[in-house]
Amino acid sequence: MNLVEIAFWGLSSLAIISAIMVLISKNPVHSVLWLIAVFFAISGHYILLNAQFLAIVNLIVYAGAIMVLFLFVIMLMNLNKERDPQKNVWIKLAGAVSGGCLLMVLVSLVKQANEVNTKQVEMGIGHIGLIKTLGKVLFTDFVVPFEISSVLFLSAMVGAVVIGKKDSKLENN
Amino acid sequence: MPISNYIIFCLTLFTIGIVGVLVRRNAIIVFMCIELMLNAVNLLLVAFSKMHHGAAYLTDKASLVGAEAQIFVFFIMVVAAAEVSVGLAIIVMMYRNTHSIDINFLNRLKN
Repeated sequence: MNLVEIAFWGLSSLAIISAIMVLISKNPVHSVLWLIAVFFAISGHYILLNAQFLAIVNLIVYAGAIMVLFLFVIMLMNLNKERDPQKNVWIKLAGAVSGGCLLMVLVSLVKQANEVNTKQVEMGIGHIGLIKTLGKVLFTDFVVPFEISSVLFLSAMVGAVVIGKKDSKLENN
Repeated sequence: MPISNYIIFCLTLFTIGIVGVLVRRNAIIVFMCIELMLNAVNLLLVAFSKMHHGAAYLTDKASLVGAEAQIFVFFIMVVAAAEVSVGLAIIVMMYRNTHSIDINFLNRLKN
């Protein structure tokens, strides 16, 4: 077992344990913190795959921006353990069992597929994950989707402001 | 590293996200589980991109095969950031109207 395999299994188990803790922790703030741990583990996987640009973007965008947004909303709402709504135990059990069945079916499918079992992921070689390569590809082949995504951001910003602002007509009624 | 390891790991993360959406009633946690599923898919895309690049690298050291998948992951992150801002605005509005973030309130949407 070499260093890369040890890192793979360590990061995978960290990600899965943290993802389970996201589900079972009662306090939403703890859930957000565990989800940040999942994102760090996934960024570690990107670094193992030599996708350095995506590792940094994942950290900055997900763990930095999106999770801070979640934390802000949770703290604005002042949620705590006592007011956290809970489903009854049978629905929880049914959800866990159905999820386990889905995982079992999918894993058995992957195990049977010969195509999948012979292919290897080459981890250390190649340069497609570097910022230089991805920047060239992004600004030559994908420049139109890149510009369209700026329009998407503008519309999302306007939409968030319009949805989030207080409705004066509603309060008068 | 065999690709099946990555596939099974990402499937596990994705299933945990699905179970979270089914099990929790807190709208914010449900939303976080959707983010978890998106990240599992992103990791799988990057793993497949490296798999294809590794095959092409043997013949051509300068090949860019697989770079599209990483651009695709980048765009998924862009869309996810926009989606989160709008979704959290909707959750805040729902909290303001009902003083709860229980998603079971949403089954009375027409009233």
